[in-house]
This record gives sequence, C-alpha cells and structure tokens, in this order.
Amino acid sequence: MSNWLLIIYCGLITFLTRFSMIALLKKEMFNDRIREILSFVPSAIFPAIIFPAIFLDNSGDFQLENNPKIMAAIIAMLIGIISQNIIATIISGLASYWFLIFMV
Amino acid sequence: MNNKFTVFLKGIFDVSPLMIPVVPFGLIFGVLSIDIGFSPIETMGMSLIVFGGASQIVLLQLFSGGASSLVIISSVGAVNSRHLLYGAVVSEHLSDLKLVWKIVISYFLVDQAFARSNEYFKKNKDKHKYFHLFGGGITCWVIWQTTTFLGIVLGAFIPEKLGLSFAVPLTFLALLVNDFRKLINVIVIIISGLVATFGFNYVPYKAYVIVAGVTALVTAAILTKLNKKNE
Repeated sequence: MSNWLLIIYCGLITFLTRFSMIALLKKEMFNDRIREILSFVPSAIFPAIIFPAIFLDNSGDFQLENNPKIMAAIIAMLIGIISQNIIATIISGLASYWFLIFMV
Repeated sequence: MNNKFTVFLKGIFDVSPLMIPVVPFGLIFGVLSIDIGFSPIETMGMSLIVFGGASQIVLLQLFSGGASSLVIISSVGAVNSRHLLYGAVVSEHLSDLKLVWKIVISYFLVDQAFARSNEYFKKNKDKHKYFHLFGGGITCWVIWQTTTFLGIVLGAFIPEKLGLSFAVPLTFLALLVNDFRKLINVIVIIISGLVATFGFNYVPYKAYVIVAGVTALVTAAILTKLNKKNE
C-alpha cells in the first residue's frame, strides 16, 4: 500500500470513530457500564506504546542494563504524579534522559 | 456582535491553555516523521488528513517497526476507540445539527476541544453552543498544523544523538498522569505494558498494540465489576 493510501485510511478511521457516535448513535445506546469501561481506553492502549519504547531496543530485544530510558521514565512518572502537569512530565523526562546520556 | 461569534471566541479562549502541551507534541511528530522517512508533504498530509496526535504517532511507530498496513490501520482504530466515548457524550448536545455541521464538528473533535466543550455544554443551553466546540477545534487545528510544519523544518537541524524518539513514550506517559493515582488504572496500565513488551516479538503482524489493549480493557471490565461487588 502506498504511503498516501495508508495516511488516507488512517484519516478515515479516525474521522469515522468521531463521526459515527455523533451522527448515528443516541446516548441511550451507551449505558453507564460501557462508558465506564471506555474511560479506561487510554490506560489500556497508551502503555502498549510506552513500555516497548522504553524497555526494548530497535531490534526488539530487551534492554534492561545500561538503559537511561528506564530511569528517565521513572523520574518523568514521579514528576507527573506530583505535578499532574503534562509539560512538566515531558520536560523532566527529556532533561533527565539527556543528563544521563551526556553527563553521566 | 452576534451570539455565534461570541461562543466561537469563548471556545478559542477556553481551549488555549490546553494548547501548551500540544506544541512539543506537534514538533516531535514533525521531526520524527521526517526521520522515519516520510516526505515533508506526506507529513503535512498526515496532520491535515488524520488530525489526531495519538493516531499519527502510532502510525509512525508501527510504520517504522515494519508493521503491515492492515495492522497499522486497525491499531489506529484501537487508539481512536476513546473517541467513541467523546462522541457518545457530546452527541446529545448536537443531535439537532445539520449533517454538514456534524461532519465538520467530527473532524475537529480532538481530546482538548472535547474536554473544554463538554464542560461548556453542561452549563449552557443556547442553540449555538456547538460554535464553542468549533472554536476550540479550530484552535487545536491551527496549533497542530503550525507545529507539524515547524517540526518538519527543525528536523533537519536536530542531531540524532539527542534521541528525540524517546519523547514519544514520554508524551504518552504524560497523557496518563491523572490515571497513576487510581489503583485500577495502574493495574490496567501495567498489564497493557507487559503484554505489549513481551508480545512485541511474538504477536504476529506487530498487532501487539491491539492484543495488549484488548487484554487490558477486559482486565478493566473485570476489576471494575469486582470493585462494585465489594462495595
């Protein structure tokens, strides 16, 4: 599949998930239970991006020793929990990562 | 001054503080996309056509890992399933709109605009209130396109040694900061992460995002149910 076709399909599926609910569904179709479970979607999906990017190297092998990403991610997480601030989380993570690879 | 315009401006005003984290996110996207090998026009096209930060980053991540198109598209769908919730919540306020407006609003229904307009809709009953979401959505759109463009330009000057790809997990981590304080969310986060990491090499077609997501969501369903029984 060409890159453009891939981009268009990804755009379509993104649009359709947004559109289908507005256009087709009535709110009664979603009971409280389904809403409750859908509220867990970010917690269920995002770690599947986060964890492999931290713990695995480019070829998909475990990289647990000499891996500054683990420490940087832990620092970012702690700062995030304390500050509840998205920017502070990203910046503290990047800053500690750079500190670990350039200074230590 | 008509009411529509006032509500539109209110939308812009309300969503603006939430744009601060979008700036680094857009820059990172632009830089990484070029880094992975998409052309500047394709990169800009992604931001214009898809217009969703998480979707676009997942697209890049899986594309660079060599996943097939079908897996990339369905993973983007899985990431987007949270929009089902937004639409269902907002739809009651938009049910009287013409189809054209529903299409326009759907394109602009991104996380930040949803969060602000949902609060506004709960408090306001005037019939032009959808202009709030329109204003907020356009604000997000302008910031996203601008930062993507800047990322494309800056990408040429950013040394690879900086390891900017690490900003991807960090950005997603940052989106979860509110969930780290809730026990069920923490368990769901750990399960999803472990399944994805250990499944990375074993789940066929790089479908690890989907497998991890579904496993974690089922866990969430079980845990919330158990939690209610104990109350």
